[in-house]
Amino acid sequence: MATLEIKKLSRLFGDTRAVDDLSLTIGDGELVCLLGPSGSGKSTVLRMIGGFEEPTAGSILIDGQDVTRVPPERRPTGMVFQSHALWAHMDVFANVAFGLKLRRLPKDEIHQRVNASLATVGLEGFGARKTTQLSGGQQQRVALARSLVLEPKILLLDEPFASLDQHLRERLREEVREIQRRVGITMVFVTHGQDEALAIADRIAVMRDGRLEQLSRPDRLYRQPQTEFVAGFVGQMNLLRGAVRSNVMTAAGIDLPVTLADGLATLALRPEDIALERRSGDRGAEVTRVTDFGTHLSIEVKTRCEHRLKIMAQPGTGWSTGMRAELSAHNFAIYRDGKLCFMPQPGSAQSSVAA
Amino acid sequence: MSVRELRQAGLAGIGSSRIRANWAGIAIAALLSLFILTPLVNVAIWAFTEVWRYPAVIPQKFGFRFWADVLSRGDVHLAMTTSLSLAAIVTALSALICLPASYAFARLNFPGRNLFFMSFLTVYAFPKFGLYITIATIFLGLGLIGNFWGVVLIQLVSTLMFMVWIPVSAFQNVDRRQEEAARDVGASQLRVFWSITLPQVLPAISAAVLLTFVNTFYETEVAWLIGAPEVRTVPLLMVRFINSELVVQYGAVLSLLLWVPSFILLMLVRRFLGAQALGRALGA
Repeated sequence: MATLEIKKLSRLFGDTRAVDDLSLTIGDGELVCLLGPSGSGKSTVLRMIGGFEEPTAGSILIDGQDVTRVPPERRPTGMVFQSHALWAHMDVFANVAFGLKLRRLPKDEIHQRVNASLATVGLEGFGARKTTQLSGGQQQRVALARSLVLEPKILLLDEPFASLDQHLRERLREEVREIQRRVGITMVFVTHGQDEALAIADRIAVMRDGRLEQLSRPDRLYRQPQTEFVAGFVGQMNLLRGAVRSNVMTAAGIDLPVTLADGLATLALRPEDIALERRSGDRGAEVTRVTDFGTHLSIEVKTRCEHRLKIMAQPGTGWSTGMRAELSAHNFAIYRDGKLCFMPQPGSAQSSVAA
Repeated sequence: MSVRELRQAGLAGIGSSRIRANWAGIAIAALLSLFILTPLVNVAIWAFTEVWRYPAVIPQKFGFRFWADVLSRGDVHLAMTTSLSLAAIVTALSALICLPASYAFARLNFPGRNLFFMSFLTVYAFPKFGLYITIATIFLGLGLIGNFWGVVLIQLVSTLMFMVWIPVSAFQNVDRRQEEAARDVGASQLRVFWSITLPQVLPAISAAVLLTFVNTFYETEVAWLIGAPEVRTVPLLMVRFINSELVVQYGAVLSLLLWVPSFILLMLVRRFLGAQALGRALGA
């Protein structure tokens, strides 16, 4: 249990800035996800926290103590690798016990702690198994137990479930969340899956090109993305280039009232924030594709000015390809130079008409 | 013929050719075994033969007389000692030099790394004997011809391939994440090498050591070039027996004796590492 402070951290690989002036504070017992596309530097940040990469600049503090130059074996961190990195020449018990043996604990205590740790991850009685005899999910659980048994102050997870199938991934992340609550450990979880981040994180740090784009609670991240990148990266979003003139934002034939200076801007519309109304003849936008996901319909429309939009509608609303519809939006956001510059106040009725 | 018919014909063709290939495979394997085994069996029979006159199919008299003869000969004892100590010294020196080098090649980055690595292989890019003749000329000037240590030195050159190439790929195959995971739970770099890296490369290193030992033990031409006539290894002695003695049994007994060391080593490796690990280590 500990706090983690990252101050102005940078890491250069040759000329590329893998991590660029990143600052982040993580509270005691908090689970923070580093979310970003591949190459955004999230894994490098994690590896620097663990001590496997040396920062080019900046510092890392755990419980107020500077660990920037401390080698990994003397850091109070535990790491779970994407490839599980279990030692193939040892059985499950030996894998989990290795760290305790290095600490020269008495045999009884090692036994007891290893078994307790295996029980925590749901693998009682698996001690004598070879790691190669386990399934992918079990291997990752052993890796988790191997880290947890040492009671690290901070647990680092580097895309731990990326190689597992969807169902297993969901179950394991629930379990990790459950263990994290029970043990009260501070966790940093790297992922490129937004679902994963939204499902387990207390806070999410979205990274892009080595920089922190936004750090906020999952719900705020989804509803109030502060940059155009976050808007496009988290959840589905229709991003439409357009312009503001006389306090009216026009994009893809949609007009929306705003209070902004004139100029170019980008309109961001969530699929579920767009309403469709059926039109006859050739007025409105054309429905080009309808996919029934059971819980909702995903509808693609093409506006008169050839913009394509994704819209979410209730199932059973009878939409089909070739129909015509008019679009109206309840919630939206406007971005200028990549940054959020306008959002309607909640409650104020915003609506408009599609071309 | 429609496309479909063509495809079916094609599939049928592949199917039947696979069956035919199997029969051909069996035939080739049988022929090959016959080819390899016949001389071996012949040698084995000769080693236990006391009298075998034409045109008998099997020897008239079996016995251990020539075993006693061979084993009591002073030159055989001397050659055995020479060969075993030669192979042991060369293998030990080679391991001492090559294993740290292979770790460096696999893991560290230093100027001229690729050049050095290639230089190990260039030895095998040219006709070896030419190279050895050149080395022999140099050795002549240094007084290393007909010298035990001269033979050790030249044998070392021919072991580089196994002792560098195989361990390098083994070191490269060790998952770096596994080493990091060990550091993560508190192991020092030395401890990581000892507990994580070494156990994983051990099969490959054993294979390299085995190959080096066996190769050095059986090597004939270079040992002859540098060592003759003073340094006499078992294969050289065997060549002399075959060339100059009229008694076939001496050569036969000696060849059987020559199988013993490699057989023991092979069994040891199989016992401790398993055939699969050995195969993997050799990249099979």
